[in-house]
Amino acid sequence: MTAVEASALVSFDQAAKRYPDGTRALEPVDLTVHDGEFVSVVGASGCGKSTLLRLASGLTPPSSGTVRATAERTGYVFQDPTLLPWRSVRRNVEMLAELTGLPKAEYLPRASELIDLVGLRGFERHRPRALSGGMRMRVSLARSLTLSPDLFLLDEPFGALDEISRERLGDEVLQLFTQRRFRAAIFVTHSVAEAVYLSTRILVMSPRPGRVIAEFEVPFGPQRSSELRFDPAFTRLAAAVSHRLRDGGDGGGV
Amino acid sequence: MSSRSRARRVAQLLRAGRPPTTWRDLLAPLVLFAIILGIWYFVSLVVLDPDRRFLLPSPDSVVRVAFLDLDNLEQLLRGLWLSTKVALIGLGVSIVLGMAIAIAMSQARWVEKSVYPYAVVLQTIPTLAMVPLIGFWFDYGFFSRVVVCVLIALFPVISSTLFGLQSVDQGMLDLFRMHRISRWRRLVSLQLPAAMPATFAGFQVSAGLSVVGAVVGDFFFKQGDPGIGVLIDLYRARLLSQQLFGAVILASLLGVVVFVFFGWLSRLVTGRWYGAETP
Repeated sequence: MTAVEASALVSFDQAAKRYPDGTRALEPVDLTVHDGEFVSVVGASGCGKSTLLRLASGLTPPSSGTVRATAERTGYVFQDPTLLPWRSVRRNVEMLAELTGLPKAEYLPRASELIDLVGLRGFERHRPRALSGGMRMRVSLARSLTLSPDLFLLDEPFGALDEISRERLGDEVLQLFTQRRFRAAIFVTHSVAEAVYLSTRILVMSPRPGRVIAEFEVPFGPQRSSELRFDPAFTRLAAAVSHRLRDGGDGGGV
Repeated sequence: MSSRSRARRVAQLLRAGRPPTTWRDLLAPLVLFAIILGIWYFVSLVVLDPDRRFLLPSPDSVVRVAFLDLDNLEQLLRGLWLSTKVALIGLGVSIVLGMAIAIAMSQARWVEKSVYPYAVVLQTIPTLAMVPLIGFWFDYGFFSRVVVCVLIALFPVISSTLFGLQSVDQGMLDLFRMHRISRWRRLVSLQLPAAMPATFAGFQVSAGLSVVGAVVGDFFFKQGDPGIGVLIDLYRARLLSQQLFGAVILASLLGVVVFVFFGWLSRLVTGRWYGAETP
């Protein structure tokens, strides 16, 4: 094993998902995500992006090929914040840590710290319905991070939010990443700008049945600020990704 | 997603069932009440001959004879108390038994498949036809009355609790599965609280039905200590129509009170999760 393989957190080897009724949700994919990588997956709706995440999480087994997850702990954030309406913000953040049986001494301080980190201090006792969409998503992010995940799976987490909340939350996720709150991420989105801004690597998927048709390395360093969005290099890369996205299935090749 | 919107709809339905809150909302029903009272008086005093007035005694004579005559009132209240005990115990048994059955059904598909048809049968067989049989088996005392009550009130608890348990958000279930959270914790921390709005709606329906069960069981048995049902039959047979009306009114009030109480309890528990008020 080379050093690079040793740092892999999840690897897909010709992993595909076809449902018993014949629906081809995902064509064979090869993908290895290493420690320190933030991999975005962009593609049209219904192209199998979410299926790819479900395979990575182990929630769905591949119908052919293999998915090898070496991450000890995986965090998963859905587009819907999926909070418990009867629990306060604090108790929602603590939920996974509490129910998976972590010792209180470990997760209580960590939950407080994460609540601060995602900007929810002062809202600990509120119930989810009293929060805005962006704040609910922050609760969801903090909840996943209480488990100190190695691999963080994000399924269009900002999809339902307005532009300003999206950018702000994007910055927060980036900050959490640079602070090594998680070691690697797979981030599913349909926003090219978001993908370029956050990632170290971008995969472009074709429309249904989805397969990976292009891959881009993102050259920007870990410290990024919103000025980056106006950088010519940023715009060029975003244009290239958009171009491949629009080309869709024809052409193929990675 | 669809399960989430279902849960939301249940919450909305519960909110829609909220009783009037302002005096303006109360005005219309009060006016209707006055009109009904007027028609009642009109039929009793104008339409009916004095010798046929027992068919519909005037409201004031009902109040005078049934409620202001202390001997009659005591008899009525004793009957009402007995029926209330039957209804509440029957309801309690229905809630415990119904929730236990629903939980068992929610935890294993085979339990649901094997039990649900019988739960439906329980709901569709004419329970009244079973009443003599129950008396025959268990004698005509307190126990049989409770059994009748449970037979009538059980199904709504089962069906609504099961519906609630199964309408848990799929994303939540995924999260629990992914982190290998135990069935027990899933039930206690996720499914049962999520089912609360639906479960309480079931309790409310069952509460109304348990009163029906208590009165009907009593009415059919005609033996043992007289509950409100036995009194109704007695007053009917003796043409004591004011007391008959008094008994019917009290039985109805009991039904309304338990129904309203459970509606209030439900809002108290779950209203803060879904409602629009500030925390």
